[in-house]
Amino acid sequence: MTHALEISGLKKVYDNGFEALKGIDLVVKEGDFFALLGPNGAGKSTTIGIVSSLVKKTSGDVSVFGYSLDKQLAQAKQQIGLVPQEFNFSNFEAVWDIVVNQAGYYGLPRKEAEQRAEKYLRQLDLWDKRFVASRMLSGGMKRRLMIARALIHEPRLLILDEPTAGVDIELRRSMWQFLTEINRSGTTIILTTHYLEEAESLCRNIAIIDAGKIVENTSMKALLKQLHREVFVFDCVNELPEDFSLPGFDSSRMDAHCVEVAVERGDSLNAIFTALTEQGVEVASMRNKANRLEELFVSLLAKK
Amino acid sequence: MNYQQQWIAFSTLVRKEIRRFLRIWMQTLLPPAITMSLYFIIFGTLIGSRIGDMGGFTYMEFVVPGLIMMSVVTNAYSNVVSSFFGAKFQRFVEEILVSPMSNSIVLWGYVIGGVARGLLVGLIVTLLSLFFTKLQVQHVAVTIGIVLLTSIMFSLAGFINAVYANNFDDVSIVPTFVLTPLTYLGGVFYSIDLLPEFWAKVSQLNPMLYIVNAFRYGLLGVSDVSVGLAFGMVGLFTLAAYGYCLYLLNTGKRLRQ
Ligand SMILES: Nc1ncnc2c1ncn2[C@@H]1O[C@H](COP(=O)(O)OP(=O)(O)OP(=O)(O)O)[C@@H](O)[C@H]1O
Ligand SMILES: [Mg+2]
Repeated sequence: MTHALEISGLKKVYDNGFEALKGIDLVVKEGDFFALLGPNGAGKSTTIGIVSSLVKKTSGDVSVFGYSLDKQLAQAKQQIGLVPQEFNFSNFEAVWDIVVNQAGYYGLPRKEAEQRAEKYLRQLDLWDKRFVASRMLSGGMKRRLMIARALIHEPRLLILDEPTAGVDIELRRSMWQFLTEINRSGTTIILTTHYLEEAESLCRNIAIIDAGKIVENTSMKALLKQLHREVFVFDCVNELPEDFSLPGFDSSRMDAHCVEVAVERGDSLNAIFTALTEQGVEVASMRNKANRLEELFVSLLAKK
Repeated sequence: MNYQQQWIAFSTLVRKEIRRFLRIWMQTLLPPAITMSLYFIIFGTLIGSRIGDMGGFTYMEFVVPGLIMMSVVTNAYSNVVSSFFGAKFQRFVEEILVSPMSNSIVLWGYVIGGVARGLLVGLIVTLLSLFFTKLQVQHVAVTIGIVLLTSIMFSLAGFINAVYANNFDDVSIVPTFVLTPLTYLGGVFYSIDLLPEFWAKVSQLNPMLYIVNAFRYGLLGVSDVSVGLAFGMVGLFTLAAYGYCLYLLNTGKRLRQ
């Protein structure tokens, strides 16, 4: 069976001599929702750039749905829709023209292009803005414009490089929903993000890249299983003394009414409450610190 | 892509290119119309009447072909260099680079855009010249042939310029420091017969001389140089520029990192 994306031994040395990718192997299955994570400068955009042929590879092989970039470039390109990290549309053109022209570049007849443009601009809430010059759009609208443009030729593989950077929470959630639907309808999706929460709620499989190497490539489930430590945040009714700490626990006082306590998997939460009670602390509320994944992420990167 | 899809891609690009220069007509169509009208008034009417005949024609009749050609050349060149550089600068060239369009289609899309602007401005200038002189066309095929070939050649040259340009200064260097002087010295305003022998010889190294004279031959039927040679040279330059443009696109030089 052919995969949506197959990368092997991919290396990239930029013209200035910088080795951005040091031999990457990656397989993304058809229908997958795949996250490519990594810190700034890890090589995510470089990888995506090579797949979408905006960056020249130094060595290695890439194929998209079985079409090799070296031998069947045009067919490979036809499979891909790209939403790049940086805005890359003409400031002076109207939303409608940008999307319809892109369809033309893929050989779509005008009429069909216009029908699809309407469909995607409506779905992405840009219909009212269709005659507006793109420079007049807000940041979030610009992102959505790039998504509409990437979908116009109905690619089988949609690649999004940080699609939700600078997008507010409400819009981010509606984008997630949109992407989930696109994925359900059969489009394979690869996205990079710095919001681990995003990867967690959207993606089935994940690769972590650091300094040009893949350091982890697994399913989201398996990754989350590795979590053996959780941090809870306690908001307290009474004031906590400056030097407050919870005996027997890894705790840290955040402010006068708030303390964070780390819990190893398997530990009982009751013990924390007992200890807090002994210290005369009355708990008003408790929550799970949301960035468990982030800690895992940091520890994964530190290990290598 | 099959032929039909390639045709759609090509016409999309051409249409976009034409709409671009029409949209900014204040920067693209109006200036040459004004400048050339001034040339007609000053050189043709005011000064020209004192110069007398040139190559057997009134001075006005003599300069009009050169001025039309000058407009065609600068506008074809400027259109491609500014459009393609703009696309590079704002990064929307990536819209084209990620698409399955073949490189030659991309190139022809831009070139035809440049040709369209060159011809349109040429036509505007020609129409304006009719207010000042009557126009005749002695050799229709030569006239059309040289205009087309020249505008293709300079569109290609503009494309090369755009690929190498790093900033907006690089875009205007060639039109200002190369094209304009070469055109002025290329026999637009005088017949090289008037020059001392040495300078007449030097002028023969100027490609603009051949272009201007071939066009003047088409309209007036006179030329300082062999028209066949003119076509040969322009044809050769065009082929070389075309090959080089395709080489740039195929290797992705300065376009793909
Ligand atoms: N054109 C270039 N020339 C030289 N080095 C480059 C070029 N583009 C990127 N790099 C370097 O390659 C490395 C990887 O960059 P890349 O953009 O792929 O990172 P990234 O993972 O996408 O980071 P971010 O999360 O910040 O977007 C970085 O160190 C970057 O400085
Ligand atoms: Mg990046």
